[in-house]
Amino acid sequence: MLKLENLTWTAPGGGQVLRGIDLAVPDGKLTVITGPNGGGKTTIAKLVAGLETPDSGRILLDGEDITGLDVTSRAKKGISYAFQQPVRFKGLTVRDLLELAGGGSLPEDQLCAILSRVGLCAREYIPREVDATLSGGEIKRIEIATVLARHSRLSIFDEPEAGIDLWSFQNLIQVFQELRRGLEGSVVVISHQERILSIADELVIVANGQVQDQGPGEKLLPKLLEGEGSGACPACPREGDVL
Amino acid sequence: MKEVTRDLLREVSEWTGEFPGAYNVREDGASAGRRSTENIQLSDKTDGPGLVIRVRPGTKGETVSIPALVTHGGVDDLVYNDFFIGEGADVTIVAGCGVHTEDGSNARHNGIHRFFLEKDARVVYLEKHLGTGHGAGLHSIDPVTEIVLGENAVLEMDTSQIGGVDRSDRRTTAIAAAGAKLIIRERLLTEGTQQAKTDFSVQLDGEDSGADIISRSVARGKSRQQYRSRIVGNARCTGHSECDAIIGEQGAVDAAPALIANHGDAALIHEAAIGKIAGEQLLKLRTLGLTEEEAEARIVAGFLK
Repeated sequence: MLKLENLTWTAPGGGQVLRGIDLAVPDGKLTVITGPNGGGKTTIAKLVAGLETPDSGRILLDGEDITGLDVTSRAKKGISYAFQQPVRFKGLTVRDLLELAGGGSLPEDQLCAILSRVGLCAREYIPREVDATLSGGEIKRIEIATVLARHSRLSIFDEPEAGIDLWSFQNLIQVFQELRRGLEGSVVVISHQERILSIADELVIVANGQVQDQGPGEKLLPKLLEGEGSGACPACPREGDVL
Repeated sequence: MKEVTRDLLREVSEWTGEFPGAYNVREDGASAGRRSTENIQLSDKTDGPGLVIRVRPGTKGETVSIPALVTHGGVDDLVYNDFFIGEGADVTIVAGCGVHTEDGSNARHNGIHRFFLEKDARVVYLEKHLGTGHGAGLHSIDPVTEIVLGENAVLEMDTSQIGGVDRSDRRTTAIAAAGAKLIIRERLLTEGTQQAKTDFSVQLDGEDSGADIISRSVARGKSRQQYRSRIVGNARCTGHSECDAIIGEQGAVDAAPALIANHGDAALIHEAAIGKIAGEQLLKLRTLGLTEEEAEARIVAGFLK
């Protein structure tokens, strides 16, 4: 289990983004973290993956305090992170990235199995460079594939829907539906999309740098959508909140 | 054959104990083996050191290898090789160059290669440069490449210098007739106090001629690189050049690409970027379990592949 205890983080500009995050991510489930922009969702993901360091608080993976570990050590502990804005590389191919993720050379049929999970034809994509010639939708799928190739203990997907067109998004939903069916370890998805929220086992609402609510998806989602309709969403900033 | 010769041959000319077709091995300024084939004739130049290589019109799928090696210090080799590629021929030319010195004295190879492609001829030209051996002696390779492309001729040049060359001055010029295409891929790595200069100058004279020059380089340590390119469009044509450099430590790169359009329908593009490895790239590979050093090495290896 992943546990976050009283995590705080201040942006380099001085604004406090996280104001004491307490969160337990259950094993073997798909947890979706949602909430308004600027509320701290991506920061939580980056702190867990080790891309940022908290001001205070602790991060525990299966009871072990990993707060002081760097990105590489956390990756070796089985934490994977799919970037919201995937990184492009001149000269590295899809095969290269998947093999780095998988920890060694991968036979064609395994590459094919991974890529078909994200809806890409292996024959076409294996030799492609992960550079600017890939569309937003394509690179997003490849980013997700690099996480799938790792068979991680904990996989975090940061807004998989960001920056892709509606058509690609329709297909991406299927990727996460599939992922949930064959869940390995625990999966955390940061998302605003109702269709991703609707497949969550566990929903976490983060706003103003704190966890506002957490519970099973089927219980929390109707409440969230209802709140949205009446303009009283629990995640919306209330009067007097400092953003 | 000396061990140094064998090692260099393997590295620079895809030699596997034999060559796939016609060849000439130049070792320390003299020919150390030669074979012509029915379609590809190699003979000594009459007006200076070097070879005349004639490829018969219509020759398809043959390879000619002309590696040049300097195996010890104190050698300053200069060679002129002229290639005449007949109409409609389609061949691969492998022209690696390896320079070895470990006795403290300098070793230099200066190869001047001229290519004359007739109408519809196609050439893939592979040029790999390497310096080996220790000691204070400088390894220098200064290739000059002159290319004349006939109507609809295509030359693809793949040139790399991935290590051990202390000084390098690389000059390439080309003139393209109607419909001719020049494609150049260059990869350069400099380390320590190495210096490399590279200069491309292309004249697109014929209607619908084209050039595509892509140079990728890495300058580490205190090494210095200079990149110059000049594409001149004198007719309706397309020209594209791209120079991407990664700098690390105190490496320095000076890039000055030039585009000159002398015709209203010349379409010329240049892209250039110099910088250290992006932090995001390192982070991404670290999230896959690589250390920072492993990530850096992998990014550089891919970039120069």
